[in-house]
Amino acid sequence: METKNIMIVGVGGQGTLVASKLLGHLLLSQGYDVKVSEVHGMSQRGGSVVTYVRYGDKVYSPVIDKGEADYIVSFEILEAARWLPYLKEGGTIVTNTQQIDPMPVITGAAQYPEGLAEKIKAAGVKIDAFDCLKLAEEAGTAKAVNIVLLGRLSHYFDLDDEAWMASLEANVPAKFLEMNKKAFLLGKNA
Amino acid sequence: MKKLMLGNEAFARGLYEAGCRFASSYPGTPSTEITEALAKYDEVYAEWAPNEKVAVESALGASFAGARAFAAMKHVGLNVAADPLYTASYTGVNGGLVIAVADDPGMHSSQNEQDSRHHAIASKVPMLEPSDSQECKDFAMLAYELSEEYDTPVLVRTATRVAHSQSAVEQLPRSEKALKPYTKQPGKYVMVPANARGKHIVVEERTKKLIAYAETAAVNKVEDNGSDIGVITCGASYCYAKDALGDKVNYLKLGMTNPLPDKLFLDFAAKCKTVYIIEELDGVLEAHARALGIDCKGKEIFGCIGELNQVIIAEKLLGKVPEVTPYPEALPIRPPVMCAGCPHRGVFYTLAKHKITVSGDIGCYTLGAAKPLESIDWTVCMGSSVSCLHGFNKVLGKESQNKTVAVIGDSTFMHSGLNSLVNVAYNASNSTVIILDNSITGMTGHQQNPTTGYNIKGDPAGKIDLEALCRAMSFEHVRVVDPYDLKQCDEVLKEELAYEGPSVIISRRPCALLKYVKHKAPLKVNTDKCVGCKSCMRIGCPAVSIKNGKACVDTTLCVGCGVCSQMCKFDAFESTKKEA
Repeated sequence: METKNIMIVGVGGQGTLVASKLLGHLLLSQGYDVKVSEVHGMSQRGGSVVTYVRYGDKVYSPVIDKGEADYIVSFEILEAARWLPYLKEGGTIVTNTQQIDPMPVITGAAQYPEGLAEKIKAAGVKIDAFDCLKLAEEAGTAKAVNIVLLGRLSHYFDLDDEAWMASLEANVPAKFLEMNKKAFLLGKNA
Repeated sequence: MKKLMLGNEAFARGLYEAGCRFASSYPGTPSTEITEALAKYDEVYAEWAPNEKVAVESALGASFAGARAFAAMKHVGLNVAADPLYTASYTGVNGGLVIAVADDPGMHSSQNEQDSRHHAIASKVPMLEPSDSQECKDFAMLAYELSEEYDTPVLVRTATRVAHSQSAVEQLPRSEKALKPYTKQPGKYVMVPANARGKHIVVEERTKKLIAYAETAAVNKVEDNGSDIGVITCGASYCYAKDALGDKVNYLKLGMTNPLPDKLFLDFAAKCKTVYIIEELDGVLEAHARALGIDCKGKEIFGCIGELNQVIIAEKLLGKVPEVTPYPEALPIRPPVMCAGCPHRGVFYTLAKHKITVSGDIGCYTLGAAKPLESIDWTVCMGSSVSCLHGFNKVLGKESQNKTVAVIGDSTFMHSGLNSLVNVAYNASNSTVIILDNSITGMTGHQQNPTTGYNIKGDPAGKIDLEALCRAMSFEHVRVVDPYDLKQCDEVLKEELAYEGPSVIISRRPCALLKYVKHKAPLKVNTDKCVGCKSCMRIGCPAVSIKNGKACVDTTLCVGCGVCSQMCKFDAFESTKKEA
């Protein structure tokens, strides 16, 4: 099988690392060779962040470059637009519609762009955009945006819920498990 | 059962399985998690040292005592540890000594892009270079074997994409290593000139033996795919090349990048019409190939700046241009920012307000250089804020000394700012040094340090008293401020800048991201009171923005620090906490 590429993008502090760890665990459990690449340090402080998940029979490079991503899972709608050039032709964007103002917008040096999802769609790209924050809060915590998104992403994979739930159990603290399971299902059925 | 592990975790696993007993490191992205993971194994003593020089010297002492020892650092940390490294190359080891150095091509979290292989060459120490997590583990173990067999420290070089990528790793049990008895051997360990002259000869002989090892070492692998194109590569570049070129070319993958084999290079090149050298940063493999007379192409195609990847290689060598869907408009950038409630913000706001020249240092507070505060004038390396300020003030004297400060974090101060402050005291420059004490090493992800009172395992430990330390260094003016209190920051800064003599201001408030910190309720804006003057925007807090002409607080980010409300002349900020 040819290597598949998933990019997880968002704003530092949104929990992208947990999502990539969970996805890596899941894919390894399905017998794939997996590589997950993260960046720590300076860029995590509220900046634009990205992690890469690659899986297949044998994966060499841990990174994804322009035109390579089968899926972009975005925690914030402006970030979905920013990383659009990394999407492969025919690839899919699964994104939260939440807006988080970057510093140039906060200081008034720039405007937060309008109609991001519509313009991505108009560029001929498959985009699955929905309000994850609302669903995460419904599940019990705004922090579960990452799990809501994974729930939505599960639509595109031919795996049963049990495999996803097993990876949830292995990667989130027991006391938050029920909340995260709820978040996953809310995302899945959104 | 294979487990997905970060390169750094796998590295720690290899050290553990190889019987490592002692680890001393200073945190530095992307090396930090090796020592953090190692500290979780009870059989290994692990510690955070105040800097990399101390770490390597401590590990060397542990090696002398007969233990398998370890130190980790980022590329620039090896500059700090270069002094013990270059002479440890002469003394050699007793128990094996492994030093991890993590380079950062692309500078994701670093101030330069230096290539650590030059240190291996210059110190004449062998260097291994893994390209994925399994190799991180395997090479860490091999490094101990080489260290003890060849009586030398061994460097293991990783890079961001190896250290911070996860891939599958096979775990095995630990094999316990007995301490090697220490025996007094002045000719080996006492590096006075008479002994060192003899040891230099030993080092040169050792290098010859290591080259002979490199010729047939299993880690230097040839993959003959029957092509007339050959690729010589190492580390993450091997992964990128395999992805881009697959089995269409032959590979010489160097797992050991110092010293390099001659015959292996020549034999490999002899079978190829074209030889490409694919390596990140400097042309170290290429220089070796060229010195052997091999006609090859490398840096002329790939350059020596930033990271490589499979798309770059496919584009340069196969002419494959990626098909890209651009977003039709320019998008606002999203640079990293100081967190909501960051205790550094109040200090930088005060410095920016008074247009102070700020000598910066390495840490989260480097973000004080970003908009809108734009407070920092220069940032060079760990500890340099204090010494650069000293030199600046010595030259400009009265012209600068009442309008300049150095800012340095608690961990960076302990790292090497301490020596610089000694110079301010000793050679008496009228300098004002601000220690930003947020009670943790922040940027690398919350490591303890000598000022926090806890060790790497989170157990109580020795705690350096910064005020007493500065007073002991003869500073008469040592002031402590709360950076959430803008008025106090303003007054103390003005007083200490006006004071004719050196002074230290300690800005003390724990990092807002620390789990034990109890925050106040988030603030909200009373839109009846807010006049939309945007005064609160001058502090650059990511939780505060302007919506429909009025200030607005993002209550999911706000920690109620109250700095914004001190900017407001109209009392528009109110607590979200309901009155009892």
